[in-house]
Amino acid sequence: MRLPPSYPMALLAALITLTPIVILITLATDASSLFDSHNLKILGNTLSLMVLTVIGSIVIGVPLAFISAYVHLPFKKLWLVFFAAPLAIPSYIGAFTLYAAFGSGGEIHNLLGIELPSMDGLSGAAIVMTLYTFPFVMMTTRSSLLSLDASMVNAARTLGMSMTESVFKVILPRVVNGIAAGSLLVALYTLSDFGTPAMMRLDTFTRVIYVEYNSFELSRAAMLSLQLLVIVGFLLLIESQIKTASERHGRALMLFPNNWQLGAMFAMFAPVLLLAIGLPLAIFSLWLARDGFSSFDFSIAWNSAYASAIAAVVAVIVAIPVAHAALSGKTGRIMERVTYFGFGIPGIVMGTALVYGGLQLPFLYQTLGLLIIAYMLRFLPLAVGSVRTSTEHLDPSLVKSARVLGASPREAFTRITLPLTMRGIIAGAALVFLESMRELEATLLLGPTGFETLSTYLWRVYEAGYFGRAAIPGLLLVLISACGLAIMMSGEKRNQPEH
Amino acid sequence: MLSVSQLSIDYGSNRVVSDLNLALGESEILMLVGPTGCGKSTILQALAGLIPISAGEINLGKWRATPKLTVPPEKRSVGMVFQDFALFPHLTVEQNICFRLKDTAIADHWITLLGLEAFRNKKPATLSGGQKQRVALARTLAHQPDFVLLDEPLSNLDAALKDMLRWDIRNALKKAGVPAIWVTHDQEEALSVGDRVGVLDGGKIQQIDSPERCFSIPNNRFVARFLGEASFIRGQFANNQATTAIGNVPAHGVDCQQGDVDVLLRPDDVMLVQGEIGNNGVVVWVRFEGGSRLCAVELSCKTVVTSRVSHEVVVSPGDKVHVSLSTSHPLAVYKRED
Repeated sequence: MRLPPSYPMALLAALITLTPIVILITLATDASSLFDSHNLKILGNTLSLMVLTVIGSIVIGVPLAFISAYVHLPFKKLWLVFFAAPLAIPSYIGAFTLYAAFGSGGEIHNLLGIELPSMDGLSGAAIVMTLYTFPFVMMTTRSSLLSLDASMVNAARTLGMSMTESVFKVILPRVVNGIAAGSLLVALYTLSDFGTPAMMRLDTFTRVIYVEYNSFELSRAAMLSLQLLVIVGFLLLIESQIKTASERHGRALMLFPNNWQLGAMFAMFAPVLLLAIGLPLAIFSLWLARDGFSSFDFSIAWNSAYASAIAAVVAVIVAIPVAHAALSGKTGRIMERVTYFGFGIPGIVMGTALVYGGLQLPFLYQTLGLLIIAYMLRFLPLAVGSVRTSTEHLDPSLVKSARVLGASPREAFTRITLPLTMRGIIAGAALVFLESMRELEATLLLGPTGFETLSTYLWRVYEAGYFGRAAIPGLLLVLISACGLAIMMSGEKRNQPEH
Repeated sequence: MLSVSQLSIDYGSNRVVSDLNLALGESEILMLVGPTGCGKSTILQALAGLIPISAGEINLGKWRATPKLTVPPEKRSVGMVFQDFALFPHLTVEQNICFRLKDTAIADHWITLLGLEAFRNKKPATLSGGQKQRVALARTLAHQPDFVLLDEPLSNLDAALKDMLRWDIRNALKKAGVPAIWVTHDQEEALSVGDRVGVLDGGKIQQIDSPERCFSIPNNRFVARFLGEASFIRGQFANNQATTAIGNVPAHGVDCQQGDVDVLLRPDDVMLVQGEIGNNGVVVWVRFEGGSRLCAVELSCKTVVTSRVSHEVVVSPGDKVHVSLSTSHPLAVYKRED
């Protein structure tokens, strides 16, 4: 039996993905204590933030999913974009602007003279995280709702059940898995997010890891990283147990609201969108008007762009063999799964591991190369997923047909497979590029001295308190994230079966 | 000339084709027909070198493939027309047809012959099913293969198109003078366009013969039933003559020379008359077929035989009728099964 030609490359990629974990384990064995009372407080904060965020996301996300899936609204597509739009704002930007807007002496106080309670600590972090993660629950729940055939609700109603009762007895029980899948994404995102708890001054794992790193306690940072990874691993284990139900697809339910109901729905989701999208954009505009363009050094944007561009190219070159290996056999699928580890590793943890790795390999330490490796490891799954889906959708008889017409395997690949999967490859590269552009925590740890990117510049501005300077990098980051979201959502649409 | 001997193919530990022997005559069209899952598409994939074989040999003269000695598909000078056409979606019709051609004159020849001139610069996605099939055929023939494999080329097309395209494909293959193996699950297609028919079941060839012989003297009851409406009636067989309750006919013994037999009856062998006296059966069901009616008649011995009558004969279930045998060609008889 000959091995598929993509296997050696895929195996190499899988092994490289595992190195951060190996590094952390060796590093953590130097730590003095495994667990102390301070850890317990961190664990408590982290889990509280996670649970509150999940609850908040369900409370906002499920009704919005219901509205966007079943209710006939004018400009339906536009509303869907608005509901998903918070994903286009990195949560640290939300945290930054909400922190700056609220409280005594905040921008709202200055501008309107209304003193609002300050936005920080556990409650502040939970509000910010909820505002920027509820779209995960909204989207997974929505797709579950859309897959349900309306006939069952219609049957329930002809049997004499009210609409409200049908929602709870006939619809919700069938989308529990969709809600759970979205909630897990929220939980994972909350666990690994660094910017929000750091700006809200809540001691979660990610914030404390950064503090320990800054006080040169690398082994303590590694120990905390491992503890965080255990929680992440536990959540991933739960995720693998969730089965998405496969019901026979049918025409989804459609409800026509009256004006009063429309108004009530609008009153419900308008404040959420105003806080999540309107406020950050307003604050940045305010600062831009106040401070102008002059203070911004555009070489920072260039730094972000070219580091991310290299990461995107490298990620795609690695992703092609991994995606092909995943489609050629069981072993290949396992190798592909392994490369997904990088996605589960929080950026701050990846940063800690690679900083230590860099210290052992002097030719990498404090180089752009190390940062690019971090980007590549974190976002490789985006590229692999994109390349893989486009390859999966390729009709296998096309390659067979090229072979029968006399083309060698190599010629069949370059003339048929490659051109037909180019869209997926480019989309994958674009996703890696845009995610790297907004990456904060690994960049903070691994960026060479003096190398500032948009996100690290924003962080320094926050630390120094020169809030006005955040306007341009902030707006650029929102724009970049919006592009990333647009690519992801159009890819999702493309992969749905045609009717 | 393609010859296949003792070919076996396994999927894992599952043998899907066993001990296949066949030889393809010069510019002959061999139809392979059988029910779903009988291994017919698997055979084509193996002949093209797209899947490995487990035993036996495939020999074209210029190459020879065995389980040990593999020949990649691009070295087999084979042409294949796929069920889903497999046109390259990013290339135009012309680029598809010229895929690996240096001399494009031959491509022009097939483009003209198959009436594709107007679509030359179109992308496959804009073509109808029938046009796609013509492009696939033109692409295959333009590459001048030594033999052509067609994998259910008509199964994705409308019924109305099928009939016309069937003959277009046959004529093109004959013009190219290239031998072909054509796989189908449609017995009518198999009988009408092929020079020879091979009937497959359970991965084994049941019979390989001229269409006429396969239909009238099937090797076994499976082939008899698969190729068309068949009923059996008890009879006595001796001296190339069969005696039955509804008449005596010339007969051909498939697996015996004399004794108790079952006689294979096609609907056209049974004559049905409506009358007042001498009725020997009752009509059980009637299917209107347009130009004719297919009737099932239960005889007094409980045997049910089918008969095809003109549409002018109006019969309904429950009618008493008289059926008899009227053939000059010998009918196939099989040893009685009890």
